[in-house]
Amino acid sequence: MLSYVAWLSFWSVVQILVLHRLGITWKIALIDAAVSIALLFVAGLVTVNMFHFYQPGKKRYFFRVTWGIVFTALYMVLLNYTLSMVLHKQTSYLLFLESSLPIRFAFSLLIIAFLTVIGWMWNYTERQRVEESRKSDTDKLFREAELGKLRQQLHPHLLFNSLNSISALVGSRPEEARKMIQQLSDFLRGTLRKDEQLLVSFSEELELLRLYMEIEKVRFSHRLTAEINCDDTCKKMLLPPLLLQPLVENAIKFGLYDTIEAVTIKIDAKAENGFLSIVISNPYDPQTAQPRQGAGFGLDSVKKRLQLLYFRNDLLVVKKDANVFHTLLKIPQTHA
Amino acid sequence: MLKIILIDDEPLSRSIIREYLQSYSDITVVAECSDGFEGVKAIAQHKPDLVFLDIQMPKINGFEMLELTDPVPMVIFTTAFDEYAMKAFEAHALDYLLKPFSKDRFDKAMQKWQQQHSPAATGKSINRLLENPQQQTEEHQRIVVKNGNNIRIVPFNEIYYIEAYDDYVKIFTKDDYFLKKKTMSYYEQVFSPKEFLRVHRSFIIRLEHLTRVEPFEKNAYIALLKNKVRIPVSRTGYTKLKETLGF
Repeated sequence: MLSYVAWLSFWSVVQILVLHRLGITWKIALIDAAVSIALLFVAGLVTVNMFHFYQPGKKRYFFRVTWGIVFTALYMVLLNYTLSMVLHKQTSYLLFLESSLPIRFAFSLLIIAFLTVIGWMWNYTERQRVEESRKSDTDKLFREAELGKLRQQLHPHLLFNSLNSISALVGSRPEEARKMIQQLSDFLRGTLRKDEQLLVSFSEELELLRLYMEIEKVRFSHRLTAEINCDDTCKKMLLPPLLLQPLVENAIKFGLYDTIEAVTIKIDAKAENGFLSIVISNPYDPQTAQPRQGAGFGLDSVKKRLQLLYFRNDLLVVKKDANVFHTLLKIPQTHA
Repeated sequence: MLKIILIDDEPLSRSIIREYLQSYSDITVVAECSDGFEGVKAIAQHKPDLVFLDIQMPKINGFEMLELTDPVPMVIFTTAFDEYAMKAFEAHALDYLLKPFSKDRFDKAMQKWQQQHSPAATGKSINRLLENPQQQTEEHQRIVVKNGNNIRIVPFNEIYYIEAYDDYVKIFTKDDYFLKKKTMSYYEQVFSPKEFLRVHRSFIIRLEHLTRVEPFEKNAYIALLKNKVRIPVSRTGYTKLKETLGF
């Protein structure tokens, strides 16, 4: 706004000087310039504000040109009228005014056309900016909701089955029932406390996994064993919370439901050029493996989370050996 | 003495039913099974009056196991959490118990069973349930068949074609076939129309295994499969093939 006023003041000075050189007295030149620039100022404001309410499409040059001409003509009529009224006694000036109308028209047309373009562009970018910020807001909201949803889906199955085991233990082995209630609450508390955006250390995550596997062992004690291999370096490495749990859940599920023998779930972790690299293995039977093996819910949701968090989709891979199914996970350690 | 079989892969889940059953005097648990294979055998051997059956079990699930038993016993399903299974058997099963269930709820299910003591009635309703393709959701994508004493799991992608055979259908793989007591229209609904097509009143083929279609007599065609088998194609079947494959 300030630059707009300064810019117009500059033009009024130019106009005064030009008029004075053409033999008009300072006083009349001043009045002339003041009136015409003041009217131009109003015209400019109207033009810029008009685009608040009406935004012609990018391609509608015709409208803008017509608008410019019509508006300039209107401006000229008004200018001529005002000046003749104010300075009606200065006959020589009035003659000059009349003869200078074409050049004034050309000049004002230029200025108004310029203002039209500026106003339109300013409004256009403004709208663009608002739109973009709204879009990124919804994107962010969507991402958060998506992540929340993916996490929520982890629990119901585990919860109901564990409660059923507890219900069975209460009668015959109350001590074990109490222990399982403790483990289950510790596990749930561990999963609830986690903030999606904060990273946790691998050792912390492993602790939670141990709890989880202890709970599953109560249900499938006769068939399930777990083996965890990792060194001290990777214990300190960071990863998003609860990323491993669904993968281990998957491994246990497929291990247990694809075979009828005893099942060993292995988790091997190591540090590998800037990545925390984790391999989860479970036995499976390629003959009868259900197609869901490849596109299990657990895998899908983890893949989606990695995509949302790291914008990469190559961090989770599965590999099938003769009788073992491997889930390979890599977590970038750039944030460390 | 009424005979009961418990089928669940979690020992604790079986033990709670055993515990609840202690208050019933005229009942004996004749077998406990931890998977569907054992279940099929035990049911054939003991002819139980009632079966408690878990849905999610190793290798074959509870529904698939029931498809292999003949006659179908009376069943009370027990499951923890299974949204769509729920919908399917709400209408048909004798009863279902959501884990964990109370003694009261258990007693109600037992009451229902004792009142409704005709196996024929429930056998029928379970058959109806098994006929319901809704329950065969995408995630299955396989058929469980019994071949003599062996149980085989045939993934959909190993099927070459299916042929109607009286009350049964013959399911052909590359060099073998199995009988299954189902209808053609059942499989027509279960299979994805992108993968399977009914080319004839008595034939559904897997499109992936189709190599050629050639004219045969008037208004009829022959489809050639990868394993050199020739399948008759009706005129409507040919039109459908044309639409699906876009030739």
